[in-house]
Amino acid sequence: MTNSLWGRLDDVSGDAGYEEHPPRMGFFTDTSVCIGCKACEVACKEWNELPEDGYQLTGMSYDNTQQLGASTWRHVAFVEKPLHPTTTDLGLPGMGPPGWDTHESGLPQAAPSGEDQATESGEGGIRWLMSSDVCKHCTHAACLDVCPTGSLFRTEFGTVVVQPDICNGCGYCVPACPYGVIDLRKEDGRAFKCTLCYDRLKDGQTPACAQACPTQSIQYGEVSELRQRADLRLAELLDKGVDVARLYGRDPDDGVGGDGAFFLLLDEPEVYGLPPDPVVTTRDLVTIWKHVGAAAVTLAGLGVASFFGRRS
Amino acid sequence: MAEAHPVGFQWVMEAKRRGATVIHVDPRFTRTSAVADLHVPIRAGSDIAFLGGLVNHVLSNDLDFREYVVAYTNAASVIDSGFQDTEDLDGLFSGFDPEMRLYDPLTWRYEPPENPNEEEQERIGEFARAERDTGEQKRSHQAAQSESHGSGGAPVSWKGRRDETLRHPRCVFQILKRHFARYTPEMVQAVCGIEPDQFREVADSLTRNSGADRTTAFAYAVGWTQHATGAQMIRTASILQLLLGNIGRPGGGIMALRGHASIQGSTDIPTLFNILPGYLPMPHSEQHQSLDEWVRDDEGKAGFWGNVRSYSVSLLKAYWGDAATPENDFCFDYLPRVSGDHSNYTTVKAQIEGRCKGYFLVGENPAVGSSNGKMQRLGMANLDWLVVRDLQMIESATFWKDGPEIETGELVTEDIGTEVFFLPAASHVEKAGSFTQTQRMLQWRDKAVDPPGDCRSELDFYYELGQLIREKLAGSTDEMDRPLLDLAWEYPVDEHGDVDGQAVLREINGTGPDGTALSAYTQLAADGSTSCGCWIYCGVYADEVNQARRRKPHWEQDDVALEWGWVWPANRRILYNRASAAPDGSPWSERKKHVWWDSEQGKWVGADVPDFVPDRPPDHVPEDGAKGPDAIGGTDPFIMQTDGKAWLFAPIGLADGPMPVHYEPPESPVHNSLYAQQNNPAQRRVEHPTNPINPSFGETFPYVFTTYRLTEHHTSGAMSRTLPYLTELQPEPFCEVSPRLARERGLEHLGWATIVTARTAIEARVLVTDRLRSLRLGDRFVEQVGLPYHWGVNGITRGDSPNDLVNVTMDPNVYIQEKVGTCDIQPGRRPRGPALTAYVDDYRRRAGVHIHPDEGGAGR
Repeated sequence: MTNSLWGRLDDVSGDAGYEEHPPRMGFFTDTSVCIGCKACEVACKEWNELPEDGYQLTGMSYDNTQQLGASTWRHVAFVEKPLHPTTTDLGLPGMGPPGWDTHESGLPQAAPSGEDQATESGEGGIRWLMSSDVCKHCTHAACLDVCPTGSLFRTEFGTVVVQPDICNGCGYCVPACPYGVIDLRKEDGRAFKCTLCYDRLKDGQTPACAQACPTQSIQYGEVSELRQRADLRLAELLDKGVDVARLYGRDPDDGVGGDGAFFLLLDEPEVYGLPPDPVVTTRDLVTIWKHVGAAAVTLAGLGVASFFGRRS
Repeated sequence: MAEAHPVGFQWVMEAKRRGATVIHVDPRFTRTSAVADLHVPIRAGSDIAFLGGLVNHVLSNDLDFREYVVAYTNAASVIDSGFQDTEDLDGLFSGFDPEMRLYDPLTWRYEPPENPNEEEQERIGEFARAERDTGEQKRSHQAAQSESHGSGGAPVSWKGRRDETLRHPRCVFQILKRHFARYTPEMVQAVCGIEPDQFREVADSLTRNSGADRTTAFAYAVGWTQHATGAQMIRTASILQLLLGNIGRPGGGIMALRGHASIQGSTDIPTLFNILPGYLPMPHSEQHQSLDEWVRDDEGKAGFWGNVRSYSVSLLKAYWGDAATPENDFCFDYLPRVSGDHSNYTTVKAQIEGRCKGYFLVGENPAVGSSNGKMQRLGMANLDWLVVRDLQMIESATFWKDGPEIETGELVTEDIGTEVFFLPAASHVEKAGSFTQTQRMLQWRDKAVDPPGDCRSELDFYYELGQLIREKLAGSTDEMDRPLLDLAWEYPVDEHGDVDGQAVLREINGTGPDGTALSAYTQLAADGSTSCGCWIYCGVYADEVNQARRRKPHWEQDDVALEWGWVWPANRRILYNRASAAPDGSPWSERKKHVWWDSEQGKWVGADVPDFVPDRPPDHVPEDGAKGPDAIGGTDPFIMQTDGKAWLFAPIGLADGPMPVHYEPPESPVHNSLYAQQNNPAQRRVEHPTNPINPSFGETFPYVFTTYRLTEHHTSGAMSRTLPYLTELQPEPFCEVSPRLARERGLEHLGWATIVTARTAIEARVLVTDRLRSLRLGDRFVEQVGLPYHWGVNGITRGDSPNDLVNVTMDPNVYIQEKVGTCDIQPGRRPRGPALTAYVDDYRRRAGVHIHPDEGGAGR
């Protein structure tokens, strides 16, 4: 017998109860062609009428929106990495992902690497990684599983959507997300995140971010087809010697059963601020409930036993 | 390109996907560098040295596309024996008048014919007369002429002698070879800060990817144009591309990336002072007293430019309709005249001096977007009236109450007499119209929504303004009012009284004697029977159809895609495409096949519209004395040039030399390594106390600064920092510095810095980043401060405007400003109020900046 909380699941919409449904739709974000124009961020906000998210110069390279949140549903990360770091990485734990420094503000930021001798001699180079992040629309979406009101639901397209008119702002979904995507809007109290433009999908349109992307870094389509496209692209890049290329969230057997929105990255996921091995936080729910059940049975049995015991 | 033109950059990414190598040359590491195969950091303003190095690499290693070069360029032309190169004169060409700071191009000409015919004799006589001109006459002759040759190029008087063995010591090829010989990889390193290994990598990629089978394209933007040597930077690229055979062929060319959606359109139908639509020269007050005099220089010359009279008369007919008759010279006298340099910065100076009293700003925010913002604001503060048409309440409309000079006390609101009219404008989605992009393609845009409130389109505004003025003048008998009263100003209007833009496009296209739309500029006549608002646009309304509105997707047609939009001239996608075939008319290669001669059909064929006389065979030799298009030979692809050849060496037409020369920017931390001549000798300075210049190589202003754009904002920021979604992406002005410079000056990441020049000081937050590289020039480092220039005193987030730091020194050909300068940078915020002026004064004193004592500071 299968369950819907973890493991491989080929028909998410069917599992959610849709008898007849369109194919699962999603994003493949190929960061190797992202030029960091942020058109996706703006198109998303325009279409979904999201409020601005504050005017703060963060110093994290050209990333001033910092992370996904209730009012930022697409977020472009900018990571500056020296090509030939001269400082020895002792592998000591830091506040941010590898290659990042910690500013006194507590925010992680790109290291200026001021002592880089290579830079001074004019021989140093730099990599500037850009990646547009978004809700992963997990196969096993913990946010949805923990939502007590039914505000979060699985659509016929296999995506995960929160309904603001039902959300009561309990916030259970926030810690449930293994990626830190969904969040409560402070001034509003309710939870918001990417809907994969559910309204546009219903009209047969492409989500706003993918529509606006000039370089086809954000590709929208059937997840099964996108996975093939991603495999081809990865093979192409590896063939060209880009051995840092890797797919992220594409594997249907990973900790969340694969993502509906997955990525091609050019470095470790942590470099982009992504968890290396995300696991659906409700994975252990079944076992937990089994244990709870067993404990309850045991307790009940003990109670009965003691009752009978007293009798005898 | 990814940084400022992300939408266009999708095609670079597409090319890369198909195997193209992308090389990015830029002082800063940008979003383009991030996805390029190679980023080459360069010292801002040193591009001629870099490109000249590549030219030298090609010439000294015999890597040029010889057959192309011999047949299609003027490499074989022999130059006058009086010509002296910068090699001979240590940085100057022959013909320089140090007093006037002007060149006389006489000695740059093609060698005069030994047995001149009658016409040639006449031209030789003219040269002799020009020799005797006084300086003032020369200045008046030169006024604004170098640019106004426009699409025709400057006419040469004779084709001259050619030595196709390229061995004659005075042939262009040999002159070029000697001229660029000193641009070695080592020199490139010393001037640009580019490592020889990296330079060779670029040179090898470039030459490997050029030839019969392959082509290379260049794309540039204001990093090349906005310099005192801007026109020559692009000339250097042209020379390189011609030597490699990359012009007139698919995948080749030099692409100018424009700063706005229709900048190409605003030169074709110009907003410039010295040209009329289709690059017809604006008549000069002394030289052009009649239509005949106006067209005389170009008329009858070889090539299509020889038909200039037809284009000019048709334009006059479009302006004045029935009033324009052969008897009154087609109202030629109604045209305004130029009497000298009336370019933007010169006009601003005239405003400060009280000689220019009214000003229209239409979608332009010079208080933030133009160099030396103080000059701009002082000029605007000294007008009688100022009309600002914009989407937002920009700084140029509010300088009188919140400009930086109000803060310092240099201007006092109560004392400013300028009456400012702010008129809200419709945005591009709120009006229909065409954009002409950099490929010369017109694309029509339909209106999506009505403009809100009082916002109106430019077309409606000017149409009604014209109506009102004509109503006021109605019945006037004053001759001065005739040009306005006689204007052909009737356009169909819709139910709201708004003009149909397509009617204007049709007028631009032109109509024939029967009143129907023309289909090609070859139909234009000089007798007044045709009317055409811009001859190069003739055909955009062919068959009474708005051809610019065609939107057949590329997957429904071949890769030339002739049915998407319309490209001037004649819907030709690649200019001079005769060069895509070998001299014998066959394609250079199967891979780069574009347009070729079909001997069976007896005409040029291919996927594109051939840019040649359709049935002129490749072996055609024009008859002696042939004129206009008849004078084009079968191997003369450059049909607008009077000699049919592309010019590696410009015998006429440029104000600062027939070949490019590396000069240091007007403000530079280093000496010119190539010649004794430090700066472009012909550069134009706007002499005014508000425009002092930093002395070069001083200790006071030791760093280079350059301004630039960010993807998140648009030019002066009026359209972006007023919008929350864009402002949050780049919320504050900042400067970018290398880690080395940060250490040297004690600058902290995210801290404040003050950047100072002799003009003013501004403040910005600091980003310390490896993306700005310290460049090693010989035994020293040169540091560059990068300044995105999008901010001003209005908008959601505010800050100082980096363009206030920039001095106004101009290219002598096109009067564009030099955007690179020197500065100092110090940690901390700038002084406020009058203390700021004192702070800058102190810098000037220490640097020894000279300001005329009588004129004082900014003045009022």
